[in-house]
Amino acid sequence: MSDELIFTYQIDGDDFTRAGEASSSVKNKLKMLGVGSDAIRKVAIAMYEGEINMVIHANGGTITVSVSDTDITMVLADQGPGIPDIDKAMEEGYSTARDEVRSLGFGAGMGLPNMKRFTDEMKIDTVIGQGTTITMKVNL
Amino acid sequence: MTIRDMQKLLDAKFLYGEELADLDVQFVFSADMMSDVLAYCGQCSVLITGLCNPQVVRTAEMLDICCIIFVRGKMPDDNMLALARGKSIAVLATEHYMFTTCGILYENGLRGGA
Repeated sequence: MSDELIFTYQIDGDDFTRAGEASSSVKNKLKMLGVGSDAIRKVAIAMYEGEINMVIHANGGTITVSVSDTDITMVLADQGPGIPDIDKAMEEGYSTARDEVRSLGFGAGMGLPNMKRFTDEMKIDTVIGQGTTITMKVNL
Repeated sequence: MTIRDMQKLLDAKFLYGEELADLDVQFVFSADMMSDVLAYCGQCSVLITGLCNPQVVRTAEMLDICCIIFVRGKMPDDNMLALARGKSIAVLATEHYMFTTCGILYENGLRGGA
């Protein structure tokens, strides 16, 4: 892989049942590219949590995944409400998700902490009322 | 232990994946919160859950889990089974409660992962 490969996905905010399709697609592509299983696992978990978050909190958005020789970078950009208190949002167990979301198996306040846990770098840029962009990197 | 062994011990139904019955499994994780599964499952190959929606199958897919066991008589719908089929994930359903399901498998040698 000498050139950087880029994959882009539009995430539908209305359909919880389809959440995860983009992460599934990326996982398959990385497998076909021969990326190591540990890195694939990290990317799959982090991106899946991010994708679920986009559907739960932000009515969808765009995910761009770049694969280079040295790392896999995921940029998740939404036009949702923004995150008022990032430190609080990073605490395990803190969640603003609706009860309906909890009944679906998410919204336990583990999303952002899991994304950080499974990536080598994570950066959150958020503007209240305008949206959030999360950049995550997994080193190869 | 194989998936077939688990099916017999739990008196479970194969909803998909009889052809995967001879796969060997060692480590198990049980939870209803999928974020907990994603955080703590480690190298488990079996997921026991009472939650029944497509995200259970997606979560299993992300973690390379080869068998999902639904407890308390929970029945996944056709869409969920189609998703599992597409990812070659065996699906079992048992009437046992979560605690009993875990207990039976533990008693017979399976252990928790992570």
